[in-house]
Amino acid sequence: MKIGEMIAPRAAFGDALVELGKTNSEVVVFDSDVGESTQTSRFGKAYPDRFYQMGIAEANMVCAAAGMSTLGYTPWVSTFAVFLAKRAVDQIRVSIAYPKLNVKLNGAYGGIPTGKAGATHQAIQDIAVMRAMPNMTVWVASDAVETRQMVIESAKHQGPLYMRTVRCPVPVIFGNDYKFESGRSYCVTEGNDIAIIATGMMTPKALEAAKELDKEGIKARVIHMPTVKPIDEEAIVKASKDIGKIITVENHSMIGGLGGAVSEVLTDKAPCYLSRLGFPDIFGESGDNEKIFSKFGVNTENVVAKAKELVKGK
Amino acid sequence: MATETEELKQICRYIRKSIINTIADAGCGHTGGSLSEVEILTALYFKIMKIDPSNDKMDDRDRFVLSKGHSSPGYYCTLANRGYFKEDVLKSFDELGSILQGHPCMIKTPGVDMSTGSLGQGLSAGIGMCLGRDQKGLDFNVFVLVGDGEMQEGQNWEAIMYAGCKKTKGLVGIVDYNKVQLTGTSPEILCLDPLDEKFKAFGWEVIECDGNDIAQVVEAFEKAKELRETGPVAVIAHTIKGKGVSFIEGKYQWHGKAPNEEERKLALAEIDNC
Repeated sequence: MKIGEMIAPRAAFGDALVELGKTNSEVVVFDSDVGESTQTSRFGKAYPDRFYQMGIAEANMVCAAAGMSTLGYTPWVSTFAVFLAKRAVDQIRVSIAYPKLNVKLNGAYGGIPTGKAGATHQAIQDIAVMRAMPNMTVWVASDAVETRQMVIESAKHQGPLYMRTVRCPVPVIFGNDYKFESGRSYCVTEGNDIAIIATGMMTPKALEAAKELDKEGIKARVIHMPTVKPIDEEAIVKASKDIGKIITVENHSMIGGLGGAVSEVLTDKAPCYLSRLGFPDIFGESGDNEKIFSKFGVNTENVVAKAKELVKGK
Repeated sequence: MATETEELKQICRYIRKSIINTIADAGCGHTGGSLSEVEILTALYFKIMKIDPSNDKMDDRDRFVLSKGHSSPGYYCTLANRGYFKEDVLKSFDELGSILQGHPCMIKTPGVDMSTGSLGQGLSAGIGMCLGRDQKGLDFNVFVLVGDGEMQEGQNWEAIMYAGCKKTKGLVGIVDYNKVQLTGTSPEILCLDPLDEKFKAFGWEVIECDGNDIAQVVEAFEKAKELRETGPVAVIAHTIKGKGVSFIEGKYQWHGKAPNEEERKLALAEIDNC
């Protein structure tokens, strides 16, 4: 994988699961007839006896995975993020999160990009739902490199995990030296004029924005936040104290996602000016991904504009 | 067998009294559904299941899932009597910090194989246990107890469809068919019949019994074990909600009500004399 190459994280996810399954015989995969879309079908082809086709019945799938995990297996339950974080949320709550069972949930098709499927298939509240769930860890994958690393790293993670990936191709931003660790953030550009905290597929956009700002002499500190829960409080507090002006950007509702998590930390520990970019309290709609992002200002141009506005007011 | 049946009947009487005391002490709890399930739990824990209370994590133990998690007092009194924890722990039921939560919690209570409480999830968890068992090459049975009202939850039918289609062996779904729910009788609220035909249509073997006749319940489970290689087996246990206490029997008002001191005395006396 080369920097800048456009790769769909779902493909990287499917390959990484196969890689994980090779050395971890306790890893099993549950699918609800979307394996060709989420790419878990690759695992199914490699290890047919560890791949469970549960049919279009997410509630049963989630609880069956919970039951199987009590025998020492590590089930990966993979379906569209909307169906995990909405349809099967009570099953996740009672059968996985409450008893702290070692089940890994892959919320595929996170956020707006769903292949124009529209509001019913766009998960823009899933991070909020999962973040509010006790015992749940929440990872949001950015590029293909990080997606792979998260899957491999999951072997070290004990307990409930929600890992969100996206459908559309995302530019590779991390080199082979990148090492994902749960709970920590990554300062991907240094700067003290404005802090931009981003997660998932929005980190490449934040980096683009930082480049644009640099041309105008504005140095942005881009903080990539792949673990939304437990969030790296130290990095947020440091950005507040060093800079005092923060923008968050995410492929998610402004209610309860990355922006919400950052604002909670700031309110408790280091209040400063915060501008949250994300979706307002709306349902999504069908359309070209970038057009939808632009309609709501969740794009590089708006990050640049917001940053300039905040820096000017300094 | 006759002596054994008498012994099991004694245990049932003991557990019924224990349920009344536990709920009366706590001042809350689900009395009706706890009393209806006594013979089912007694048969499983004192006769049918391969278990060892001193080694409650034993790999090849039979599993039990109380999908109707609100009937936890009946479950806890059975586990205590079987030796999973001391009987005086029952006095802490529903109290802050107790290992005995209102609904079963597998990481707090010894002997509990699955956390439950939100209805409709137990059969699916049982299926997962069977998948894990087969993957590991172990040999055990999984018993899941569901309520008849609970069968109104759609997830049960997802699980029944899956297990029937995949011929999940060693899975026994038991319906505590007491025909009374929280606000009325099951037929009034949303009828379940013909339940046997529904299970059969989904590919399950079906055994029916009087769920409050311990000999019949034991026989039904023995038969279910004999049928295990054919796929999932449903045991439809026809029971009486509140069984054993005349003023509680069949009354939906006793679904989640605790006996007061006067009612406790009357109930204990009745159970002693039955």
